[in-house]
Order: sequence, then C-alpha cells, then structure tokens
Amino acid sequence: MQPFRKHTGIVVPLDKVNVDTDQIIPKQFLKRIERTGFGEFLFYDWRFSGDRKERAKRIGDFVLDAPRYQNASILVAGKNFGCGSSREHAVWALADFGFRVVIASSFADIFANNSLKNGLLTVRLNDDQVTEIMRRSKEIEDYQLTVDLEMLRVEDGRGFNATFAMDEFSRHCLLNGLDDIARTLRHEAQIAAYEAKHPVRVEMKAILAGKAGF
Amino acid sequence: MTYLKRPPAARGLEVKVNSGQDFKDMAPRTLFEKIWDAHVVAAPEGQSVLLYIDLHLVHEVTSPQAFDGLRASGRTVRQPLRTVATVDHNIPTTPRGLPISDPIAAKQIEALQKNCREFGVPLFDMDSAEQGIVHVIGPELGVTLPGMTIVCGDSHTSTHGAFGSLAFGIGTSEVEHVLATQCLPQKKPKTMQIHVTGKLAEGVTAKDLALGIIGRIGTDGATGYVIEYAGDAVRALSMEGRMTLCNMSIEAGARAGLIAPDETTFSYASGRRFAPKGKDCEEAVAYWRTLASDPGAQFDRVIEIDAASLAPFVTWGTNPGMVVPVNGRVPELKSFAQEADRRAAEQALVYMGLNPGMPIESIAVDRVFIGSCTNSRIEDLRAAARVAKGQHVNPKVRAMVVPGSQAIKRAAEEEGLHRIFLDAGFEWRESGCSMCLGMNPDILQPGERCASTSNRNFEGRQGRGGRTHLVSPMMAAAAAIAGHFTDIRNWRFN
Repeated sequence: MQPFRKHTGIVVPLDKVNVDTDQIIPKQFLKRIERTGFGEFLFYDWRFSGDRKERAKRIGDFVLDAPRYQNASILVAGKNFGCGSSREHAVWALADFGFRVVIASSFADIFANNSLKNGLLTVRLNDDQVTEIMRRSKEIEDYQLTVDLEMLRVEDGRGFNATFAMDEFSRHCLLNGLDDIARTLRHEAQIAAYEAKHPVRVEMKAILAGKAGF
Repeated sequence: MTYLKRPPAARGLEVKVNSGQDFKDMAPRTLFEKIWDAHVVAAPEGQSVLLYIDLHLVHEVTSPQAFDGLRASGRTVRQPLRTVATVDHNIPTTPRGLPISDPIAAKQIEALQKNCREFGVPLFDMDSAEQGIVHVIGPELGVTLPGMTIVCGDSHTSTHGAFGSLAFGIGTSEVEHVLATQCLPQKKPKTMQIHVTGKLAEGVTAKDLALGIIGRIGTDGATGYVIEYAGDAVRALSMEGRMTLCNMSIEAGARAGLIAPDETTFSYASGRRFAPKGKDCEEAVAYWRTLASDPGAQFDRVIEIDAASLAPFVTWGTNPGMVVPVNGRVPELKSFAQEADRRAAEQALVYMGLNPGMPIESIAVDRVFIGSCTNSRIEDLRAAARVAKGQHVNPKVRAMVVPGSQAIKRAAEEEGLHRIFLDAGFEWRESGCSMCLGMNPDILQPGERCASTSNRNFEGRQGRGGRTHLVSPMMAAAAAIAGHFTDIRNWRFN
C-alpha cells in the first residue's frame, strides 16, 4: 500500500450529499477482474452519455471535467460520502483517477475502511469547515490544500486551517503503508489456538463431499 | 464414534464460551457484545481487535482481485470449509444452460470457478441445485447460524444478522484478508437498539418497517453502529421478515443489524442441510438460548418505534430514506429544513420525473421487479402471489418475479405459485440478483419507472436513467396489476 504522510493538491468541490458508490463507479464496470483501470469510469453516468466506453460522449458539465479542476487530487463532498454498496472498486476508481484525499463531514463505514486499505485518506471535518472549503475551491482558481497526516491538519496557506481526528492505529498504518495481512499473521499462534478450540463443524465438512463445486 | 466423547466445542459446535470466566460477575452485555467477545482472537495494545470469522461468503464480483492477491503473495485460503461461494450478481435469469451473452460477465464467473478449484473452496455454481443469492442460500442451507461472525464482499451481508449473528459487508482487500487469515482487524462499533413496540397492521410488512426506520433516522442515521432490533413487532416477524429487516440495516448506514435468536430462529435453522444434527443440535440450541442482550445492558443509542404508526411505504427519491406512506404525497421542497437536503430532494425529483405534492397513488409504473436479497424468499413470493391470484398485470407494465434461489424456485413451483404469476402475466425467472443492481441483462431502460422489492433506489441502480421505487412484495404485485401504486390495505384479494 502507498503510504500517506503529507499531500498538497488542487481541490475539486462535489457539492452533493449522500454520494453513493453506485455513482462513484456504476455497476457496468464491476465485471473487470483487475484492480486497475477503473479511473476512466469514475462517476461515469454523471460524466458520459452512452453506455459503453466506445460510444461514450462527455456530457461536459460535471465538475470533474471543468478545465480548472483537471489536476485535482483532493475531493471535497457533502455528508455520508461513499454510502451503499461495499464495492472497493469505488476506491480503486478514485485512486486511479488521481485522488489522494476525500474530505467530507461524514463517510459510510465500509467506504472509509476500503479507503484505508488503498492509501486514500478520508478526512472528516465539520459541516462549516466543509462548506468553507467548498466555497473557496469554487471561488479561487487553482485552490490548493495541504493535508498533513502526521500533524492531522488541513491548511490552505490563505488563512484556512483545521485539524481532524483519526484513530491512532489507522493513522500509523497509513503513514507507513503497512500490509494488513502480514500484521495479522504475526498472531498465528493465537489464531491457531482459537481454531483448535473452535474447529470447523462436522456438517461443513460434508459440503465438499456433496455436489458443491466439483 | 470417538469424537462424541470430546467436549462439544471440539466437535466444531459454535460454542463460544471461554472457560474459567465467571459471567455472573460480568456487567450486563448486549447480544452484539457477547458475539464480539466470543470471537476476539487477539487484542494487541494500541491496535484494532483481531476478530475470528466463522463464515466467509464469496461471490463472483468482489472476489477475483482478492484471489489474485493471494496468488501474488503466495498465500492460501486458510479455512476453505469456512468459505462458501456462489454465483449470483451477474448471471442471467434466463433458463440455465444457455450461454452467457456478456463475455465480461462470463469471464468473471469463470474466474470464480477457477479460483474455487485452485484454492479448494466449495462453490454452488450456475448449474447447482443450491445456487442462489449468497444471502439467501447461507440461511437456507444452514451454514448461517446464530452466534456466528459472518462476512461477505457485499454490503447486504447484514441480512444474516436475522439469526443473531454478527454479519457485515466488507471490501475486496478485506475479502483477501479473511481468505488468508480467517480473521479481520476491527474497531468496535457503537450499539443501537431499535425497539419496535406493538403490532404491524395487515398489509404492513418487514419491508415497510425497514423503510419506516430509514425514513426516520436517515441513510446515515446508524453509521458507526450495530443495530439490535427488539420489541414485540420484531419478535412477531418470521425468519424471512427478520432477514428483510436486517438486510436493510446498511441502508441506514449500519454495517450490521441483528435480532436475538428465539424459537422462530431455532425451528428455522434446525434440520437445515448443513446445520448441526441430533445431540449437536440440542447443544447448539442450548448455547443459542444464551444469545440475548442481558437485562440492563447498555446501548449507545435507543430508538423507540410504534409499529401501529407504520403504513405501506413507497420511496419517491434516489435514496431509501426518501420515503412516504403510499397514501401520502411527494414532499414539498419547503418541508426540508437543511439546504443540502432540500437541494438533494430537488435533484432527486428531477431525476425521478416527479413533482412536489403529487399523490403517490397517482404515479404509474412501467416495470415491476419482485426479487433480490431483500425480498425474494418463499414468504415474499407467497405474499405477492396472494395479491396476483386471479388478476392480470396491467397491459402497460412488464413484471418479473426472480426467486432468490433454486430451492425457493422449486418450493414455489411445488406450491403452484409460478402458475399464479404466469397466469397473471408475470415473468417467472431463474434465481440471481437480477434487476436489483442490473449487472446482468435485467435492466431498466432510461426513464422507465419500476416498483421494486429491492433495497436501493440510487440513480441508475437498476439501469441508467431508470427510476426505482422501493416497496414490499405485496405492494409491488399490486402496482403491477393496477398499473400505478395502490394501497394494499384496500386490495380486494381473490
């Protein structure tokens, strides 16, 4: 996983509440079996007319397509961002598109978890702070923010600054880009001990003997 | 049989009581806390708790990258027999045996078949008599049982909480994590009790209860919480109804929703194909009886709902919280206190092609979908069939019924429900997720309006430009026949 320490980038405002993962990456793009290449389909139904890539036509009025936000790497949006489906493809699409940070007043749990696994930082600020960033990113050309995970601080060098909270463990993992699975496997002895006490039920062993699978 | 002499836990019963602990001295715990405590493998200082996962359900859409991850790091599936796979999301609901017309979907299904073979994971494949929606077949086969921890790369995993299990949706990175370690690092969520007093009126179902709750607390009302549903109205629900209710927990933002198991649960679970048998079953039930919140257990938040205040609901907007009773009207924009919510409602009405103040019953539908992990079980089909019996689908409406599993399809056909649907002009299809998310060919065309028993009315969810209204199975069947939404409480049943 790509570590996250500090990032400065252009902010794009997505002034909507309850942006669900069906909007972030529509279902027709979930059939890919790779983790990469989802960026071009980000917010597809809001950005393109036409169902498939080859017939796609840019609608043109979506904020992500405005020339001034072309190089944005920080997305600011309304409350409950990432609600709905658990599809990690939503995070892959945001990251692949070039986003490193999403700022909102709240995030759906699964989306926030998925972000953590992919080095995409979700920053929770209060409604007033989000509104202020939204306003500045609309009014100021090339509006940039610096998001500092070590200091848990967001600032724009123009007088706006805010601190945010994150649990210490998640922060540690993001700062160091730690592989979750390897860390869990350090507890091998405890997992094995638990499994010795709680073995697989005898009936489940019959699943493979039955017609399931092979 | 020598294993019978070993203690119950050694035989693999999900008996999760740590010996040596004196529970009499413990503070009262909620059901959630009991399940959580029984699955803690390690609680390293300053880190998330490592939780053991009893059952991992797998499907074709959110697993290929996870299996690739295992291969890339030379890892295996730690517990193939705690892993159960099926195909549901993108398979066609046309007769089995026909080739899959979408080559990308076919590739994803082939990838799951190959991955299950390579890693030794049991798969209920396309041609299996047990195939079905992953959240339907788990309970049906008796692999979902009370007291378990259950995960799946699908947000509607909350369904399994109906059994008094801790069941929640995860992303693909976590799917890989569970495949490799059978554990998940987890932060402990907060607890919410939703206490539903009284009795649901005739025609008001578990779906309406779920929609009523989401309408009241909002689509983020339970973010960060695990919900325990309690009260007389919840106790009175069948297992099917409880699954519908827990299924929709995620639509209120809760990752999990659960209901303490009781006689209804035990009688549903006992005798299922992979459920414990004989003496094991008795011991299991004895343990399951301990799975209730203790008197005096503290919840972080408690919500009281009066069942009598609920009506059959219809969503009018683009998230499940945008909902009103069927005899109500599309809300006026001025009724929204928050500017952001008002704007969201305005955008939703444009997308939905509705005007503020319109009576819900005046809204005509083009399509009807009865199915999904929310409402595709036998009881749902019986309820819809009762409405459809001796009636005819409105000539302007195309209506389909998609059973949740092959087993449900067979059971419905044995009861003759398919005859009722077919005679009334409904399509009767093969099992799968189908038009709930439109990954297979079952989709809405732009502008089409659908009365759907599924769980999400997000923009484009059932097909780009499609307009989804969430309702109960009875309300969907009635809309198919009337050609518009109609109050099921006034229905003349044949």
